[in-house]
Amino acid sequence: MKALVFERVVPRFAAARVAATLRGSGRGAAVGPLRLLDQDPPATPGPDWIHVRPRLAGICGSDLATVDGATSRYFEDLVSFPFVPGHEILGVVEPSPGAGASGSGSAAGTGAGDPGSAGDGTAAGRAAGASAAGASAAGSSAAGAGAWASLQPGERVVVEPVLGCVPRALEPLCPACAAGDTGSCQHVAFGHLSPGLQIGYCTDTGGGWSTAGLVAHRSQLHRVPDTMSDEDAVMVEPTACAVHGALSAGIVGTDTVAVIGAGTLGLATVAAVRRLQAPSTLLVGARYAHQRSLAVELGADRAVPSVQLERTVRRATHSLRSAGQVTAGADVVFDCVGSVDSIAAALAMVRPRGRVVLVGMPGRVTLDLAGLWHRQVALTGAYAYGTETVDGTRRRTFDLAFDVVADAHLGRLVSARYPLERFTEALAHAGSAGSRGAVKIVFDLDQQPPRAAPGAPAGRSTPKGRRA
Amino acid sequence: MSPRPGYVLEVDRTTPPTLFWHGESFRLERLPTGSRVVYAPEPHEPLADPVAAIRDALDNPLGDSQPLRSLLRPGMRLTIAFDDVSLPLPPMRRPDVRQLVIEQVLDQAASAGVDDVVLVVALALHRRMTESELRHALGDRIYDAFAPHDLLWQHDAEDPDGLVHLGVTDRGEDVEINKRAATSDLIVYVNINLVAMDGGHKSVATGLASYRSLRHHHNAHTMRHSRSFMDQDHSELHSSNWRMGRLIAASGIKIFQIETTLNNDAFPEQFRFLQRREWEWSMRDRAAYMGASSALARVPARLARSVLHGVAAPHRMTSVQAGEVEAVHAVTTANVYAQQLVEVDGQTDVLTMGLPYISPYNVNSILNPILVACLGLGYFFNLYRGRPLVRPGGVLIMSHPTTPDFHPGHHPSYIDFFEEVLADTTDPAEIGKYEEGFATDPWYVHLYRTGNAYHGVHPFYMWYWCAHALDHLGAVIVVGGHRATVRRLGFKSASTMADALEMAADVVGPGPSITHLHTPPLMIADVR
Repeated sequence: MKALVFERVVPRFAAARVAATLRGSGRGAAVGPLRLLDQDPPATPGPDWIHVRPRLAGICGSDLATVDGATSRYFEDLVSFPFVPGHEILGVVEPSPGAGASGSGSAAGTGAGDPGSAGDGTAAGRAAGASAAGASAAGSSAAGAGAWASLQPGERVVVEPVLGCVPRALEPLCPACAAGDTGSCQHVAFGHLSPGLQIGYCTDTGGGWSTAGLVAHRSQLHRVPDTMSDEDAVMVEPTACAVHGALSAGIVGTDTVAVIGAGTLGLATVAAVRRLQAPSTLLVGARYAHQRSLAVELGADRAVPSVQLERTVRRATHSLRSAGQVTAGADVVFDCVGSVDSIAAALAMVRPRGRVVLVGMPGRVTLDLAGLWHRQVALTGAYAYGTETVDGTRRRTFDLAFDVVADAHLGRLVSARYPLERFTEALAHAGSAGSRGAVKIVFDLDQQPPRAAPGAPAGRSTPKGRRA
Repeated sequence: MSPRPGYVLEVDRTTPPTLFWHGESFRLERLPTGSRVVYAPEPHEPLADPVAAIRDALDNPLGDSQPLRSLLRPGMRLTIAFDDVSLPLPPMRRPDVRQLVIEQVLDQAASAGVDDVVLVVALALHRRMTESELRHALGDRIYDAFAPHDLLWQHDAEDPDGLVHLGVTDRGEDVEINKRAATSDLIVYVNINLVAMDGGHKSVATGLASYRSLRHHHNAHTMRHSRSFMDQDHSELHSSNWRMGRLIAASGIKIFQIETTLNNDAFPEQFRFLQRREWEWSMRDRAAYMGASSALARVPARLARSVLHGVAAPHRMTSVQAGEVEAVHAVTTANVYAQQLVEVDGQTDVLTMGLPYISPYNVNSILNPILVACLGLGYFFNLYRGRPLVRPGGVLIMSHPTTPDFHPGHHPSYIDFFEEVLADTTDPAEIGKYEEGFATDPWYVHLYRTGNAYHGVHPFYMWYWCAHALDHLGAVIVVGGHRATVRRLGFKSASTMADALEMAADVVGPGPSITHLHTPPLMIADVR
């Protein structure tokens, strides 16, 4: 069994950074700290942990930053090496070694009264209990004890990768976790697990880029409906990020909303905003033509080349321009890129007292914030997920994401699937997805590597997917 | 020796290649045997003493008008309106004809003791002129006498306090014009008639009007029924302006119209080859062509543009007439026709033209893609009287780089028009749904009123100018154009003239008749 393992080797970090700078995003994989190794499945850290065999695992923008050595040093204390990347995961529940499919301590658990239910004394149980008792955070699906209990080996699951207080068996739960806002947990470097924001950055859990599998706490697993395709399911995690970002903005019906960037996060944000909010106008700036087409299909009123977005917002809001910024502008701007330019553009097109939501992961940037101060703009981050309030009801972000994915058929964004052995090609493809007419690149962990014909170079076959 | 009239050459094996303008450069193209090339008449002799001619026109007006000096009296309000930077093309050498005329008008006003005099640039929805452009048009003496005292105005079609609504024509057209002019005892309008379209009632009814008024004749329907703009009797654009002009006159507003015509001597000595017929090129002309074309092709477009916009035309005045609007304009039009008409026998399947760097709307600016379309389909296509030079369903081939370059200060709404409107539709009848939004956009209004920007609605007007041609033609092909931009305009791209002619044959059939309009210099094809 194989896994892509990211090790802490400083010279290789440097090499990855140079390669990515010279040859483009994703190119750091060939020379950086990422290596394909033989690996056994990780051990379960506790009784509420389950083995999951990844079937599809997406490549995210933050993954690309990692393999290119471009991630902010902020995260250094929040990961543990070596780790197996991959946090956008569709997997299959595996039987625990040495246990029957429905036996005690297995993935399935033992039903409503099994250990782990509310009030049973485990961290997971306490989380569910806390939710039920106070914050109503847990919602109706995987975070609820009943949903955990019914998982059977062979069932498809989507992993909610944040490693908050519950998986870490921390007691008492931090206020964020107690409220179900797991993405806001600040204890991701503590507890009985090694540091790690999420599965995919923690040395103990494994990650999605592996045929060896990973381990996840029962509270992190969401059963995939039989009617949902694998491609749709692997889009649930990034869509949950978009849902969280969309709902954090407080959009009302008269708002003009702009989305900068139409990669996976941008398009998922468009889908989420259109389905969960009702802005009067939804505008998208996208670099590539296929992204603009998809944005309109997913609900944008207009999708224009990125350089036109500020002008389009100005037109839509009947605005003047002053000091390099529109005088009225969009009520909410979602920056789904996270670069210096995109943040500056967002600040230039948002209205005074408006809100800029950073959905894409930024790094170290240098910006003139005089306009932000003068115009009293709120600049806020939107990381991960947790529990949301929609129409007065608290629901898990992942539950909402399942709905959005199903309604918008976001599996269509999966453009190509690669076997693990072709990771350098896969990451290069992901790094240049836009220019190659693609959106989401995933690893297909069920796919066997192509056998090279005698005399033919290995790893040259066409990836399986709808777009090249 | 009197100047030679226009000429239609039939290309044979001995005919040298034909010069095509190509934006900021030129090309020599070998047209198929049997093609026709239409050359403009040679420049007419200018007036020997233009100042004397102006004085004579002011003292001997046409139609039902008294001499200017008898219309002037102490204590009166006098407004002198004049054409803006869009005329003439290229801008003429100093002294500009406007300066010559206005100096004489001011002399008479001073002699009569008139001291309430305001000069108004008749911008309509065009951009405000810069100080250097105003100094060029008026001369330093006039500029320095009026501008520092706030007596040199640029018409503001968006100033609610500066407009007056005079009424509605019998066709329901609002007539709203500049308040200063409308409340003056006399408007003296100083016009340059470079082409037959200019002048007449269009001077005041368009040049001093508001958007509310202009929209009645600057629209797809009117433009489609103006066949052509150069033929006033068959132009709905002119019919509308004449209705408005008569309403203005009926409102009691007195206009003393001064119209001038220029010869078509458009290029100075170093570019003399542009005025000449290719088989008559001297060695010096050939050398000048080779030097200019290779130099312009090598330098960045921005530099080439700067060089060419610095070229002042040696235009000279060929006539000046003054008095009552319609009587004056009839003589003016006859004089324009005398200079520019070229008889052409029958229509053609394929019309070719090279588009130069300049149009009325990009003096000292960039000929952006919308202006490229307007120059070719709005202006050059309409340089006809009788019937279009190209037959219905025929093909127009234009040579121009057509790069997606815009002057953000002069043409801000053009950028959004290109990106937003043309991305949706190129049908002049369809784009109207966007017009109001652009016309009332507060940013465009601000830039028009305070900067040097064309009004927000102006790109719509440019596209409406194309309506007749778009209705008439089977296809439009751009040679050497930026492909994506040409596609956005709704036209076809060809790399070479040969490719374009082959593509045209797919539309009009094999062995098409081909005619090349060798302009500029300007001419009007009188198609029999």
